Amino acid sequence: MTEPSWRELTEAGLITEAGNARKYETGDWRSKRPVHDPEKCINCLFCWIYCPDSAIIVQDGKVQGIDYAHCKGCGICARECPDKVQALKMVDEPED
Amino acid sequence: MPTKTQKLVARTGNEAMAEAMRQINPDVVAAYPITPATEIVQLFSNYVADGLVDTEFVTVESEHSAMSACVGASAAGARVMTGTSSQGLILMAEILYIAAGLRCPIVLAEVNRALSSPINIHCDHSDTMSVRDSGWIQIFSENSQEAYDNMIQAVRIAEHMDVRLPVMVTTDGFIISHGMEAINILSDQDVQEFIGPYKAAYSLLDVDNPITVGGLDFTDFYFEHRRQTAQAMMNAKKVILDVGREFGEKFGRSYGFFEGYRLEDAEVAIVVLGSTAGTAKVVVDELREKGLKCGLLKLRVFRPFPAPELAEALAHLKAIAVLDRSDSLSTAGGPLFAEVRSALFDLPARPAVVNYIYGLGGRDIVPEQLADVYRELQRISEGGQIQNTVQYLGVRE
Repeated sequence: MTEPSWRELTEAGLITEAGNARKYETGDWRSKRPVHDPEKCINCLFCWIYCPDSAIIVQDGKVQGIDYAHCKGCGICARECPDKVQALKMVDEPED
Repeated sequence: MPTKTQKLVARTGNEAMAEAMRQINPDVVAAYPITPATEIVQLFSNYVADGLVDTEFVTVESEHSAMSACVGASAAGARVMTGTSSQGLILMAEILYIAAGLRCPIVLAEVNRALSSPINIHCDHSDTMSVRDSGWIQIFSENSQEAYDNMIQAVRIAEHMDVRLPVMVTTDGFIISHGMEAINILSDQDVQEFIGPYKAAYSLLDVDNPITVGGLDFTDFYFEHRRQTAQAMMNAKKVILDVGREFGEKFGRSYGFFEGYRLEDAEVAIVVLGSTAGTAKVVVDELREKGLKCGLLKLRVFRPFPAPELAEALAHLKAIAVLDRSDSLSTAGGPLFAEVRSALFDLPARPAVVNYIYGLGGRDIVPEQLADVYRELQRISEGGQIQNTVQYLGVRE
């Protein structure tokens, strides 16, 4: 993809489109990935509340999985998942 | 011929700048007092208290906060001004860069004063020179009249859609800021007509067009945005000349990048910024009487630096002394010297150029010292060896 020249960009780096951070995929920053186990999950949604990247996919009050295009692999979700539940595990991303 | 009404009044440099601010009537002023610029915002706060302006005056706890409030107000779409000096200016430094990068057309009244240490409240150009690469347009004034005229022009230059950069207008601490002079001031109406209403390029308060200001740029966009700011500075050159010419047509005092004084037929010349130009003009007249073909170039606009124009104006000279009222401590001369000499490098036949660092911490520069500089230039122009390219003028050896 060719990025626009300086002549085409908005002045002063203004962002004129609301919510466009969604287009910026940060998933490739990840060295570890959270893996969700729906069998163990009690849908307390702690992970959803704590995730700094809104990368926990929830539908009808139930965790559906992880948005790996945006998850940076910080591990907060696995940390916040209650000790007795442990429905989220951090596993190493495969080496390139 | 100027047709507009003007009034001859006695004003110090600070009073002249405050008067210009009253007539400009900005939406927001955020400021913190500092010697010798205190009076500018003190007088202006009186105008606010007396209801003479419509300005929202924001008192803050530091200059860093003052410039931060200015940036916020400017991003919100306001016409914004402030004033400072010395340590205040360098405390603002972080936000000065941001104001330029966010293309906030803020106008700052800056009174040149030495930097600590040792602590000193008197004039030199160390403060202004230390932020010369911040992306602000920098305009120097020789006297109160120029300080007043430059403030009014600064609004037009900063707010021009091809520019949208902040502007600092400088005077020399105490020498101009506290020196009373007779100056011509315009009517309030003429000032308002000249500057026109402010149109913000963007506004954080425009809820129909929401924006993010100050977003993060990585390796893939930062360079492009800096290139835009560089272009704005290039565009400023034409705008500065246009505004200076229009000011002259309307009010009888024209302005360019610099003023040449008896320069066209001169063989040797001094290049200088600010109030010392007034002293140098007297010296030029005296030495011309004695047959020395000397002249002066007073640089008004330091940023953008008018390199090709300077080279053209100085090309015919045999020897030039660049006078710096600040020391970069580079061991290779002051900032003005470095840039003037660089500007002359592409000339097919370059004049000899020497540098004098003078007047630090408000040390007086007297006519006899400048006469000595001209006589030394005369000696060099006749084939004499340059003993020292960079010298200190007026220091006790």
